[in-house]
Formats: sequence, C-alpha cells, structure tokens
Amino acid sequence: MNLLMKGCQEMQKRSWLGRNLALFFATLLVLVVQEPRPALAQLEIDITQGTIEPMPVAIYDFIGKTEEASQFGRDITTVINADLERSGLFQPLEKEAFIEKITKFNKAPRFGDWRIINAQALVTGRATIQKDGRLKAEFRLWDVLAQKQIAGVQFFASTENWRRIAHQISDTIYQQLTGEKGYFDSSIVFIDETGPKTNRVKRLTIMDQDGYNVRNLTRGDALVLTPRFNPAASEVAYMSYADGEPRVYLLNLETRQRELIGKFPGMTFSPRFSPDGQKIIMSLQNGANANLYTLDLKSLAKTRLTSTAAIDTGPSFSPDGRRITFESDRGGSQQIYVMNADGSDQQRISFGKGRYSTPVWSPRGDWIAFTKLTQGQFVIGVMRADGSGERILSVGFHNEGPTWSPNGRVIMFFREVRGETSGPALWSIDLTGRNERKVKTPNFASDPAWSPLNK
Amino acid sequence: MMSASLRSRSYFPGLSKLFVAAMMLTLAACAGSSTNKPGDGVNNVNAAPGSKQDFSVNVGDRIFFPTDITSLPEIAKSTLRRQAVWLKNYPQVKVIVQGHADERGTREYNIGLSARRAANAKSFLISQGVSAARIKTISFGKERPVAVCDDESCWSQNRRAVTVVTGAVSS
Repeated sequence: MNLLMKGCQEMQKRSWLGRNLALFFATLLVLVVQEPRPALAQLEIDITQGTIEPMPVAIYDFIGKTEEASQFGRDITTVINADLERSGLFQPLEKEAFIEKITKFNKAPRFGDWRIINAQALVTGRATIQKDGRLKAEFRLWDVLAQKQIAGVQFFASTENWRRIAHQISDTIYQQLTGEKGYFDSSIVFIDETGPKTNRVKRLTIMDQDGYNVRNLTRGDALVLTPRFNPAASEVAYMSYADGEPRVYLLNLETRQRELIGKFPGMTFSPRFSPDGQKIIMSLQNGANANLYTLDLKSLAKTRLTSTAAIDTGPSFSPDGRRITFESDRGGSQQIYVMNADGSDQQRISFGKGRYSTPVWSPRGDWIAFTKLTQGQFVIGVMRADGSGERILSVGFHNEGPTWSPNGRVIMFFREVRGETSGPALWSIDLTGRNERKVKTPNFASDPAWSPLNK
Repeated sequence: MMSASLRSRSYFPGLSKLFVAAMMLTLAACAGSSTNKPGDGVNNVNAAPGSKQDFSVNVGDRIFFPTDITSLPEIAKSTLRRQAVWLKNYPQVKVIVQGHADERGTREYNIGLSARRAANAKSFLISQGVSAARIKTISFGKERPVAVCDDESCWSQNRRAVTVVTGAVSS
C-alpha cells in the first residue's frame, strides 16, 4: 500500500508534465511503433520487494461508431485487461463497478466517478474501421487522482492484426505506469508435444505471448528441440533429427525455408544467437566431449571457444555481447561458468549445493536464470553474473529451461509432473518469485523461448 | 501380461487398440529387461545366425549406466565384448550405437551425456578389434525413454546405449 501511495504522489508531482505531453500527443500522429520516452508516473518496482499491491486500473471498452468497430473495441479491451492482469502488477477493475458511461472519446472523464471505485488509472479508447479497411485504435491513459491525461496514442493495423494493436497498447500502458518497457507484443517459440512418452511427436510451434495465434512450424515427422529466436524475431535456430545426424538448423519464419547451419563434423546442439544476430553459438560433439563454437552467419567462419574434455553446453550471450555464460561438467558435475566472448577468462560462478544447468542471461544484463538440480528436485533460479545473490523462484519435481521476457521482468520455463501419461507445460513467474502462472498451450509444451519485442 | 493389460486399460481408457497393444509391448519389454538382462539368458530363440534378432537376443544389444555416469560398468564391458566377437564374426554388418539418458537431467546436457555414453561404447568396441568405420553413433538425450514410471526402476532402464545392427542378414 505504501508503494502505491508513493506511486500516486509521483503521479501528482508530474501532472504538469502530463498536461504538456497530452498536448503533444493531441497534435501528433504516432504510428505503430513508438520511441521510448520518459515515463510519467513511476510505480517504482523494487524487485527485492516481497509483495507489491497490484495497481487498480479501469479499462473502458473502446467505443466505435459501427457495430463492427465496437466489436473490435471490446475485443481489444479484453486483451488489454488480460495482459495487464497477467503481469501481476495491475488489477483491472470489474466493468460492472463502472459508474460513468463513456460515449465520447475526446471528452475528459468525470474523474470523481473513477476515484470512487478506487481506479488509479483509467484507459479509454476508440476503434475505427478506416476507409482503406484498416483498423485504427486510439487510446488515452488518465491519471485519476491527478485528473490528467498521461498518454494518448493511435495505432493502425490491418484488422486481422487487431491483437497486436491491443498488445502494443498494453505495452504503452505498462511503460507509462511502471517506467519499464513492456513485453506483451512478443512471441513464444516452443516445442508442441503429443503422443506417448516413449515416442513423443514434437513440433516446432510459435504463438503470441498470451497463447493465441498458435502456428506449427514443423510437421512432426522429425524430432525437434531447443528453438531460439534471433534478435529480429525473424528466424529460429533449433536442433532437428531430420537428416539422421541431429544438427542445428535455421528456420526463416517468413519464407519457412530451413537450412543447416555450418558444416561441422559431428552433432551440433544447444544453439543461441549473439545479440547482434550475426553469430550463432552452439555445442559441437566431438567423440565423448562437447565444446562451444560460434559460427559467423555471413562469413561462415567457425571459432572454437572451449576445448575441455567435458560437456560444455547451454551457452548464452550477455546482452552487450561481450560475455558468455554456459554450463560445463569439467569440474565433475554440471556447473555454470562465464567467459569473455572470445573464450578467454573461463570462470565457474555456481557454488551452491547441487548441479546447475541451462544458464540464460537476462536481456537487462542483471541476472542469469538457471535450472538447478538439488535433492531430487528441479528448480528455477537466478543469480548475478559473478554467482552472487542466488534466489530460487520455483521449486518442484521437474522445472527446466528458463527464458526471459524482453524486459527482463518475467521468466518462462517448462514443468514436468509425475505420471506415466503426463507431459510438460509452460509456466511463467515474475523475477520476484511471485505470480506463477500456467501458460495456455493446445498440447503438452516444452523448451519455450521468448522473442524480443516485435518490430 | 495380464496385469500389464489391465494397467494399460485403466491408464489409457479411450485410446486405440493399436496404441494399447504398443504400450503392452513396452511394459512387457520393461519387465523383461529389468529382471532378465539381455544376453544373460541361454540361447533359446531360433534366430538366424548373423541376424538382428540373433544379435539382440543371443548377444545383448544394450548396456546400462548409473546416474550421471558415462564410463562403462564391468557388466556393460562384458556385453560389449560379446558384441565385438559377434561383429567380428559378421564383418558385413554395420552398427549405430544409440546413446540415451534418463529424464532426470536437463535437455541439452542429456544430449551431451548420452553422446558420451555412445562414444564410450564405440571406443570400447574399437578396442576389441571392431573397425571404427563400421560404427556410427547417435545421441537421443532423454527423448526416447523405454520405461516411463517416475522412479529409479524405470530411469535405470533409460540410461542406456543400444547397439542397433544395420545391413545384417534378414532374420
């Protein structure tokens, strides 16, 4: 509650700026993608804080002149509600509690009607089908206590992309109210699993981060594993058993063209892109050992980074591209290491009780997420790049394979439960260890990888 | 077999007969391999010498590993010695050694772990005089378990390297 009060005071202090920005937006047509700008209201999120009261927000059904436009408006509102609620940082208020009936987009709301139902922020909007057939969605974000507009943006898209518009609006609201970039206009690539455990059919599959727009990318005739997005979210690197020897392939999401990556003499696995998208780092199996290599996607030059008689795998670049974290059993059991991008200065960083695996560097650079095997359980945790500050987020029979939301706030992973007919499901959890939720997928699902924000 | 089929029905009520039959086979195979290691039994199957069946039944096509271990246990070495003798008797035959891991590990590491199991089996076969050119390896990590219960009785069956005969005389 204290935190919220602080947030409200911040809002009031900044209301002058809010007014000016409102004028700014009133005269500016902002096209689909916006530049980041300073946040107006700061709900300061302290990630070491045990509990954060979600901020009550009212999201009024976007109005529309025609029945078709109104339907788009209601649908967009539903998606925004779900996005904000799922983040755990916002509590969208029940529509039944709303007092004011909003009929005009350009008129200021009666703030008292919203304050009385305890809304801290109010979202209003309008959906319009334009003459060219495209969908326009305009929205305003209001600070109820300061009685000011704090954002007003228009988005345009073809009608079939209406969900993207909704996610972009959610991202704008999230950024305005938290001061951090959002993560809603993003995708998940994962492995869809069907069939018995002894002979699982696995398909490379992609969906929006909220579980909608599910599309299979492979037919299930070959075993596929560990997909990872490139930074432009236009390609996916993954491991496939399609041609006998399992190897890393690259799939272009637009053309659906698949190509083998590099000419390596053995099995390649565990791929990930460099932050500039120019290289892929992966393991190459050589006899009994696996070592890390990078492949330059333009020159096809290979660089060997590790050369131990061990299994070196699970590599992940730091967001600045200068460091790499990976796992290795060179010391006798799986542990997490870091090194420079050229392979120098290899240092073990995990020293807790258990085996550490699947390190993934946060896109903010501040944490490394991992899977830890300890006392018969598989847990998801985070630690600093020097191995300090270890925190366990989710404990259970089998949790594995963390991936970060584009803003570094949320971790998604997969969870297996006991049972001969059971299968894995995707889960997400906040970096604080709160707000653990199952992610909707049509079948069993594993190996999630979260895309960067869509461009 | 009776209990296996009853279990199959209760676990998989709505599934096709074919699938249930496949599961019964799997369960039967599990029971067999846990009590009766392949190759330990007497030669009681009428398999054509040099055939795949001859190899799997009379020699033993698979070896097992303790948790997180990739070096070859003594009992695995004795199975591999029998495999090497058989392979030297049938020089036209080639093999693929499939490495597997149990489910109690992370995906990428298990791929490396089972590749190492297969590589160690291959090295041992070579040390016993089998030409390296006749042996390929492939790693399946935890992707293809043969036993699916959630305890060591199944996991121990999944930590394996299976020597699969290719180009043998038909059985």
